[in-house]
Amino acid sequence: MSFLPDARAARFARRKFINRAAIAASLAAMLFGVFWLAWILWETLSIGLASMSAAMFTENMPPPNEPVGTGGLANAMMGSLLMVALATFVGAPVGILSGVYLAEYDPRGRLSVTVRFVNDLLLSAPSIIVGLFVYALLVVRFREFSGWAGALALALIVIPIVVRTTENMLSLVPVELREAAYALGTPKWKVIARITLRSARAGVLTGVLLAVARIAGETAPLLFTALNNQFWKASLSGPLANLPVTILQFAMSPYENWRQLAWGGVFLITLAVLGLNVLARLLSRKK
Amino acid sequence: MSHPAPSDDSMRPVHPALSSALPDRLFAWASRGAALFTLALFLGILVSLVLGAWPAVQRFGAGFLIHDNWDPVREDFGGWVMICGTLATSAIALMIAVPVSFGIALFLTELSPVWLKRPLGTAIELLAAVPSIVYGMWGLMVFGPVLARYAQQPLQSLVRGVPLLEPLLAGPPVGIGILPAGIILSIMIIPFIASVMRDVFEITPPLLKESAHGLGATTWEVVWRIVLPYTKTGVLGGIMLGLGRALGETMAVTFVVGNSNQLASLSLFAPANTITSVLANEFAEAAPGLHQASLIYLGLVLFLITFTVLIFSRLLLMRLRKNEGRSA
Amino acid sequence: MDAAMNLPILAALPPNASGAAPFPPVKMSVRDLDFFYGEFQALKKINLDIPERRVTAFIGPSGCGKSTLLRTFNRMFELYPEQRAEGSILLDGEDLLTAKQDVALIRARIGMVFQKPTPFPMSIFDNVAFGVRLFESLSTIEMEERVEWALSKAALWDEVKDKLSQGGASLSGGQQQRLCIARGIAIRPELLLLDEPCSALDPISTARIEELIAELKKDYTLIIVTHNMQQAARVSDYTAYMYLGELIEFGETEQMFLKPARRETEDYITGRFG
Repeated sequence: MSFLPDARAARFARRKFINRAAIAASLAAMLFGVFWLAWILWETLSIGLASMSAAMFTENMPPPNEPVGTGGLANAMMGSLLMVALATFVGAPVGILSGVYLAEYDPRGRLSVTVRFVNDLLLSAPSIIVGLFVYALLVVRFREFSGWAGALALALIVIPIVVRTTENMLSLVPVELREAAYALGTPKWKVIARITLRSARAGVLTGVLLAVARIAGETAPLLFTALNNQFWKASLSGPLANLPVTILQFAMSPYENWRQLAWGGVFLITLAVLGLNVLARLLSRKK
Repeated sequence: MSHPAPSDDSMRPVHPALSSALPDRLFAWASRGAALFTLALFLGILVSLVLGAWPAVQRFGAGFLIHDNWDPVREDFGGWVMICGTLATSAIALMIAVPVSFGIALFLTELSPVWLKRPLGTAIELLAAVPSIVYGMWGLMVFGPVLARYAQQPLQSLVRGVPLLEPLLAGPPVGIGILPAGIILSIMIIPFIASVMRDVFEITPPLLKESAHGLGATTWEVVWRIVLPYTKTGVLGGIMLGLGRALGETMAVTFVVGNSNQLASLSLFAPANTITSVLANEFAEAAPGLHQASLIYLGLVLFLITFTVLIFSRLLLMRLRKNEGRSA
Repeated sequence: MDAAMNLPILAALPPNASGAAPFPPVKMSVRDLDFFYGEFQALKKINLDIPERRVTAFIGPSGCGKSTLLRTFNRMFELYPEQRAEGSILLDGEDLLTAKQDVALIRARIGMVFQKPTPFPMSIFDNVAFGVRLFESLSTIEMEERVEWALSKAALWDEVKDKLSQGGASLSGGQQQRLCIARGIAIRPELLLLDEPCSALDPISTARIEELIAELKKDYTLIIVTHNMQQAARVSDYTAYMYLGELIEFGETEQMFLKPARRETEDYITGRFG
């Protein structure tokens, strides 16, 4: 038992130094991260806010080289809304049903294991690949870019997200709750629809909201499906204006009025996406 | 079940099997159908990519992957430049993002004052949701010029005449190329990796950490030698998630990578291309035929790369789980 | 607060404690210790002397503060910013709470074992070597000797000597807890804190740990928190009964159980409450 505290202290001096250095590095990392992120948000919000005007919501995309401040993004907003809405109404039910299958029907079966794996692959698949797929599926066949194709591409991005969150949320529902429902003689579909899905409702809805937030800002899958359009249109056939592709096109252009509008568009998208996320958060917190 | 039982009927036996057999079966079919649809979706993507790329696959074979010319006029296509661009930007992104994310997660779980934990954690999570086009736009309009002015130009004048280093930093001072793209990718994936790491660090049982503290371990030793080994599978998963994001990211890269199919210059600041940026720029205007097929070929390669990353990480996780603790 | 409690501890023992051996040398003294979880005061003016190379048990109903008291001895509570302690805890005369020494060095002198086994995510060998490596640089052979010594002390060596490179989590619950004890004594602490070490174990494993405690008190000062009164009676030399954050009674175990000085203690021990 002859161990001198002094020897420990000597060795400890070095360890303490390492610990201090690590803590300092961690603090620096936090500041580094927060610094960039704050900078990005600051620029986006301040420049974007400066370029806001009523015309942004009431006028369509202007031709290049007009005076700064004329024209707006009304047609692009309309197109984005149409496609995001359709994609959600198509993608979310498919995703929820698929998640129900994985969680409720055959969690350990071969089909479920495969689907779960493939779903992970789809989740990590680059979204531009989905655009390529829909291009081959619809654009080539019908020989035109269209809002339908854009909506489908977005729907295909919604599905894997919703599958994952739905399955996760359903598997959090206690087994006892299901058993109690079955013990009353409830048929399976009613147990799922009335008991499990209902008690996981907030979580499932959160998943859908997050998926909407995700596709609201997606650009890559629209590049060769919906393309873009300078004019107002409330139908999904033919090339359809949308915010993300417009931002890309305008930001890369040399025209000052277009660049200004691009900042406005980025501002709107950021607000929408952050708003949806905050909503999803509030929803999942309130049990 | 859903109707209030009137007293007359209360004695009558109910046959749930009869009354619900059809909806039950319909529901089962629908959900099974949706699951199968997910599967079909994946196969459909794979098949359509292979079919679309087929003319280019036939023409150029596997040599496409290491051929470094991209000439739509003479119809000579090779993907080497873009594949290198994709791998290089992702590598730079990971090199920056992994240590920074680890630091952030360490701060959030072990060091942060309680009142700061929630707001900082939420901010990080929200930033993971910001669309990539925002990062791209900011990179092009704000960050690129700043980088050129305060990093590229001073560095260039510093290394003037130095072999190796000078060509590495050469290029027009506009803040465009592999390095700016990698940096912006890293900023984009930091929130992803950091929030996964924070989540898994937080599930480490407090008793385990207390045990290590009880032996006289410092905070750093507890995190590095107990928390990190305990959560390695989750940490690795988070890094792979970030890598997958970086490889497949289109918009954040397209804005700042420069969109030039060259590899002649070694410079980190010379305009270059990645698979996603060349697809974004050329595909909609590419003539059907070899040009389009070559672009789809690149898409197929990208799909397979992300696929491989995921499978590789799965295998690694399985190995780790199997060997848990067996390594002395 | 009862005035008697502020007197020196020995004086608080009943004067007719006939047959009581003289109190052994004091290893640790607690003086006027208050403890707070935020606003809530969990310990009130605790005064207590821990005898050297004896087993001292803390008993009392859940929430009485016995684990809290234990966790002040190695300042484990400092991990949680809203918790704080006031007063003094003297280890060999030096106040732990105000010590200039870093808390890590203090903890190296005071081992701790928790309610549940907490094997680290590494091999059995590395589990034991972990703490040693923090404070000493031993050669491979010395380290092997130390690990064997610690595992033998913890009565685990024979069971694990052929699988030292396996993960600590591969052991049974009782073995894991003995591994944690081995890990605690490998750094050669002076004091060993046991926080309900058997609460997650089956009776057979519990019996082994209790035998081990009896063995360990030859070399170490042990403090055990337990909610099991029979266990306290079996393993401890001294017992402290706590209730609602106060130390109600402290004395030789035998005496406490046979002839408690205070009514509250008697009620608790005889099961009339608690």
